[in-house]
Amino acid sequence: MGIFVDEERCNRCGTADEPMCVRDCPGDLMFIKENGKAAIVDNRECWDCAACVKVCPTQAITMQLPTSLVVRGVQLRGRAMKHKTEWRIRLRDGEVKGYETPSTGKPPFVPSL
Amino acid sequence: MNERECDLLIVGGGAAGCVAAVEAREQAQDLDVVVMEKAHVYRSGCLAAGISAINAFLHEGETPESFLRYVVRDTHGVVRDDLTLTMAAELNAQVRRIEDWGLPIPKDERGRPLRRGRASIKIFGERLKPILGKRAEASGATILNRVNATALAIGDDGRVAGVFGFSTRTGEMLLVRAKCVLICTGGAAGLYRPSNPGVASHRMWYSPFNTGAGLSMGIRGGAEMTSFEFRFIPLRIKDAVAPTGEIAQWLGAQQINARGEPYLEKYYQRLGGRSMTTQDRLYATLLEKRAGRGPCYLDLRGVNPRRLEGTIASYLSMAPSSAMIMSDEAYYARTGGEMAPVEITGGEPHVVGGHGLSGYWIDPQRRTSLPGLWAAGDVAGGSPKKYASGAWAEAVIAVRDMIEAARAVDRSPIDAAQIEAERRRVQRPLREPGSVPPRELEERLQKVMDEYAGGIGQHYAYAEGELALARLHLERIEAEVGALTASTPFELMQCHDVVDRITVARQLVEHMSHRKETRWHCYQERLDFPERDDTRWRVFVNSIRSADGAVRMVERPVERAQIDVQLPPLADGAVIRRRRNRRPSARANSRVPKAPG
Repeated sequence: MGIFVDEERCNRCGTADEPMCVRDCPGDLMFIKENGKAAIVDNRECWDCAACVKVCPTQAITMQLPTSLVVRGVQLRGRAMKHKTEWRIRLRDGEVKGYETPSTGKPPFVPSL
Repeated sequence: MNERECDLLIVGGGAAGCVAAVEAREQAQDLDVVVMEKAHVYRSGCLAAGISAINAFLHEGETPESFLRYVVRDTHGVVRDDLTLTMAAELNAQVRRIEDWGLPIPKDERGRPLRRGRASIKIFGERLKPILGKRAEASGATILNRVNATALAIGDDGRVAGVFGFSTRTGEMLLVRAKCVLICTGGAAGLYRPSNPGVASHRMWYSPFNTGAGLSMGIRGGAEMTSFEFRFIPLRIKDAVAPTGEIAQWLGAQQINARGEPYLEKYYQRLGGRSMTTQDRLYATLLEKRAGRGPCYLDLRGVNPRRLEGTIASYLSMAPSSAMIMSDEAYYARTGGEMAPVEITGGEPHVVGGHGLSGYWIDPQRRTSLPGLWAAGDVAGGSPKKYASGAWAEAVIAVRDMIEAARAVDRSPIDAAQIEAERRRVQRPLREPGSVPPRELEERLQKVMDEYAGGIGQHYAYAEGELALARLHLERIEAEVGALTASTPFELMQCHDVVDRITVARQLVEHMSHRKETRWHCYQERLDFPERDDTRWRVFVNSIRSADGAVRMVERPVERAQIDVQLPPLADGAVIRRRRNRRPSARANSRVPKAPG
């Protein structure tokens, strides 16, 4: 389960205030370590909601599936923009698949059934 | 202890709480409104990941009465008609309101929201919670993030006069005094051993951070609670714990057994309906397994791959890890691997009033039995199938009444001894650390509930003998609360999470023991009383805990509004046995794939 922070990318949102992943986690699981990088208290507590993944301005956070449930190596990155969220799923053999989900404002056309 | 005062206090900044704050500020600029939130309103509660559908909406031609008929049938007759009708009358207006706030809702060529089910529409809800949270912030209400509510403060006149909490960052205590309090803290997850073990144990349907705090506060405060025994158990895609509705409703995939036969219709054909009740879809799946025709699946054969990709995008807006699994499996299948079939099974039971019946017993204005306290959303009982939009509707109904009440009363004084006692109770694990980490007690609670109170391991069924053991062990577990230990404010929160869960679990077992029939298969499944008994048990089972911890059970009649509903007979095991020899052909194999949309 859980959340992995790429410490090369994490700049704690470039602010002395509360970084966005720390602010948004519904379980209050994210914190800033002594080296100034974000981390999760315990991945076992994580609900997999990906709030931190999307809100991270440097895409430093990936979500990975627990090997106790499924095949290893699948990862999710995301990026929340104003009207949409962009997603990249890294599949089990390294192939990357992209998705977009509308998030605010005018919805795209969806054909009905 | 830090203190502050306000007119209206909203406890819980989720779906109901955010809308309540905005409604209060729009309707009464002169009132001081405070929201007490455990995490941060941008992503807290069960909407954290988003949702891809609104499941309580009146389509063209539907009315509050037709919605009520659907709910009465689905809950086998025990439902509060007054609550359901008043909620349903508000639904569409509240959905339009949130759409105005920025929620994308796709429409057909005639401008109608896209139909996903009887009362369900498609939305793009990934950003729903930030949309609500930012509106609540902008409303002028004071949002107190990172405050974990712990108890109701009772005023000298007996009214609820405020709420105690502590900062999850500093551990400091806070008392917010108020004229009127709305409780909307959500339901309770984590009472039962979850579907997945160990590191994946929080991969569950409902938010694991919804611990039943508001229910526990009400129980300890002596509020009347209803129908805890109507536990909600979601039918899920196994392991991923993904919702089945997205695939079943949107892609039209059928539930099939291991032989490839769609199995729901053999139940509902006999019942004379076109569909099954929510709990019977789960029960039928269990019966198929028991009859040796399991496991059961959602049939994705013939589903257009492009539509499947659309479903993966939907999952990203609601259950992202399920999207990861599905995307990976679909890719694996395209590149020559064998796609794992989409297996379905039941999750762990929850006490949640937005889906089920359980929660505070409230009146049509959403007043609880405690003066000064209102309830809305998942914490409020009696009116199932309200989901997010019903929580908005209830919040609005409650706030309108609270505004009037707040103008007529003053804040009542709170006795200093009560404040000191709550401070000591809450701070004890931090100030005088014991020896028991909260997780150990949580695991013991979940083990007892699973084994003796109809958890997944017991196929949700139980009898009086098991419940007696559950009662015994829960009493012992509660005796260990005094030994809980915490070294940080975060651990202090975990301690109170488990305390609240134990309180809810004890009340739940009393409810399960009192109803001596089986009304809702799986949700309320008694092995010692396997039949539904409409003459004796078409009543609400309510409970009130007194200050000494004794629980008094009360029965309340079902008062039917002027509607005519034919209740379905129970889908019992006999149905299966009767039909077993008659339907050997597997229709699924010759099923025509759905035309691409």
